[in-house]
Amino acid sequence: MSALNRNILALREMSADEIQLILDQAQEMKEILSRPIKKVPTLRGKSVVTLFFENSTRTRMSFEMAAKTLSADVTGFAASTSSVAKGESLKDTILTLNAMKADAFVIRHSASGAAHFIARHTSARVINAGDGTHEHPTQGLLDMLTIRQHKGTLRGLTVAIVGDIAHSRVARSNVWGLTKMGAKVRLVGPRTLLPADVEQLPVEVHTNLRRGISGCDVVNVLRIQMERQDAGLFPSVREYAQTFGVNRSVLREAKPDVLVMHPGPMNRGIEITPDVADGEFSVVTEQVTNGVAVRMALLYLLLGGSNDASGH
Amino acid sequence: MRLVIKGGRIIDPRNGLDTVGDLLVEDGVIAWCGQHLPDAMALDGDVVFDASGLIVAPGLIDMHVHLREPGFEYKETIESGGRAAAAGGFTAVVPMPNTNPATDNRAMVEFVARRARETSPVRVWPTVAATRGNENELMSEIADAKEAGAVAVTDDAFPLQSAELTRRVMEYCATFDLPLLTHCEDKTMTRGGVMNEGLVSTLMGLKGMPRAAEEIQVARNIRLAELTGCRLHILHISTARSIELVREAKKRGVSVTCETCPQYFTLTDESALGYDTMVKCSPPVRTAEDVDAVRAGLADGTIDAIATDHAPHAAHEKECEFQAAAFGMVGLETALGLVLTRLVHAGVIGLADAIRKMTVAPASILGIPGGHLSVQSPADITIIDPDERWTVDPEAFQSRSRNTPFAGWELRGRAVATIVGGQIVHGDLVRAPRGRVRA
Repeated sequence: MSALNRNILALREMSADEIQLILDQAQEMKEILSRPIKKVPTLRGKSVVTLFFENSTRTRMSFEMAAKTLSADVTGFAASTSSVAKGESLKDTILTLNAMKADAFVIRHSASGAAHFIARHTSARVINAGDGTHEHPTQGLLDMLTIRQHKGTLRGLTVAIVGDIAHSRVARSNVWGLTKMGAKVRLVGPRTLLPADVEQLPVEVHTNLRRGISGCDVVNVLRIQMERQDAGLFPSVREYAQTFGVNRSVLREAKPDVLVMHPGPMNRGIEITPDVADGEFSVVTEQVTNGVAVRMALLYLLLGGSNDASGH
Repeated sequence: MRLVIKGGRIIDPRNGLDTVGDLLVEDGVIAWCGQHLPDAMALDGDVVFDASGLIVAPGLIDMHVHLREPGFEYKETIESGGRAAAAGGFTAVVPMPNTNPATDNRAMVEFVARRARETSPVRVWPTVAATRGNENELMSEIADAKEAGAVAVTDDAFPLQSAELTRRVMEYCATFDLPLLTHCEDKTMTRGGVMNEGLVSTLMGLKGMPRAAEEIQVARNIRLAELTGCRLHILHISTARSIELVREAKKRGVSVTCETCPQYFTLTDESALGYDTMVKCSPPVRTAEDVDAVRAGLADGTIDAIATDHAPHAAHEKECEFQAAAFGMVGLETALGLVLTRLVHAGVIGLADAIRKMTVAPASILGIPGGHLSVQSPADITIIDPDERWTVDPEAFQSRSRNTPFAGWELRGRAVATIVGGQIVHGDLVRAPRGRVRA
């Protein structure tokens, strides 16, 4: 019997207790990653299939490293080299893969709800590695783990998320995860990059960057996609950088010990200036390490037995 | 054959009739309709159906369906759609012209009419596409199509974008006295959209279609109807402000009518949570505020008619990612049950008003025969048990498709029998719940 008897599709659907359990487990997993021999036998004999219908080298590698550290067998399925390229439907793909008896599917897909769809058609555990503009729960968890490591707790903190909120699965997962854990969330961006009825979310909404990050404990900067300019959501990258780019000057509005985060890959000079991206407040590389720890924790909690995860 | 329908509650809104009485059908036409059939008119050998406890209504008319023939016969055909209509209590349907090839000229209209004669158990009144190939560029040969039997012109599924083209189509429709049925949607605002824009689309990370995209075109088309004198009918109205625009235009005396469909007085966008593709339709189901406004619009008469926008799709077109799923749901076999359950039994509108919106209202908007029980008119009759409780089972549908969000819903009220031109096309009067036939 696994410790967490569910799929991981969206942080909106999870409880604070479940999130706490995952973060605590991830903290333990991080210790394994600092050992010279990074391998424990916990998930030996378990098979994990990564289904990446959208390119994401870093997220796929993070899941693969997490699974391999726990001794699970990992098989990768990339849409561009599979029958999907020949027009196979998602349903046919999942029914085929389901018949191969994997224990877990890790799915990245450009369509919101794709992970829910797959979960309905398989008995294996499903972990959403990002679905369209819906959620990216493991990114939300690794962001929370990073904040907690620096601040000790999430409760009472103020976290500003800056940028293209409307199209961001990272923003959505952060909103739900952070607010469930007692943090206050501000969403900051031009109205064209804020989603419909954003005021009805449990957040503060700001359209002015300085006011939005004023007094914040954390500033999480989102990647800006060039196609948003082409879609007419802002006039130019230059103007975006001038009005919503996070630089050293606006960062002075935040608390002196502010953390600067970014889910990567960064557009230096656009949503974040190079000196901030690589400066003393930045925890971007720690986020990457924590990503592996969080994914180990999830695989362990979903697939593991009652074995001691640390392998003592 | 002579058929006597005895002791039912006859409701004929056109003739102001709501009475317990008898109806005699002879040679396919109504020979008597009213209180007790005089003994002198009864003959030995009449087939007599005891309709006590049942409603005897004019045959229901669905002014907005997609029968998919020609071009998409794997979804539906004029035959299977006709059977679905009969099963749902409809005696006539009006198919939209978004077929392949488009129903945009005389030959295509004649094809639809011929296939209907050959295969459909219910009457089929064809429409013609406003533009050739539904391409929003050149006007179709509307006058020729009318001569071939088209009863209306429409841009359904391919909303007219250019105001200039819309104006000219309206002027031309007015010239030949045909109504224009418009699907109001500004496509520049809905590109890529898959559901209503609002909190729920934000939660789900799906691209929304704002209500304003519908309302802008409702307002524009009303203004153009005033300019041109065209009879404008707004298809599947779905938002509170659209309804307000129609209400205000009617007060000014503009020649505008509108319809809604069961999903718009029944479902909200919250039904899409969980990514159920069955609720995906266009226009999308909206919010609770809009559902309330649709009910109010039905109650005060702003909304003239109830149609289904029956839009069959094959299983694989719905069993996929939400954004990839086809728009639309089947409706012919659930509409009457939803109208009775969600409107009549819920006290939103009266039974006679509901029947009006499904019979004489669409007939008069389109200028087609039917929709009443006048003596000497064709015997198109729907017999309704308003209280029968039943569960929606898509596997039992006559339609070739099963895409309904109402599977498993408990409904109250359905058609017991459907009679077209005196022929029973649905229902077995012998086995009808409370019906008894004596020879």
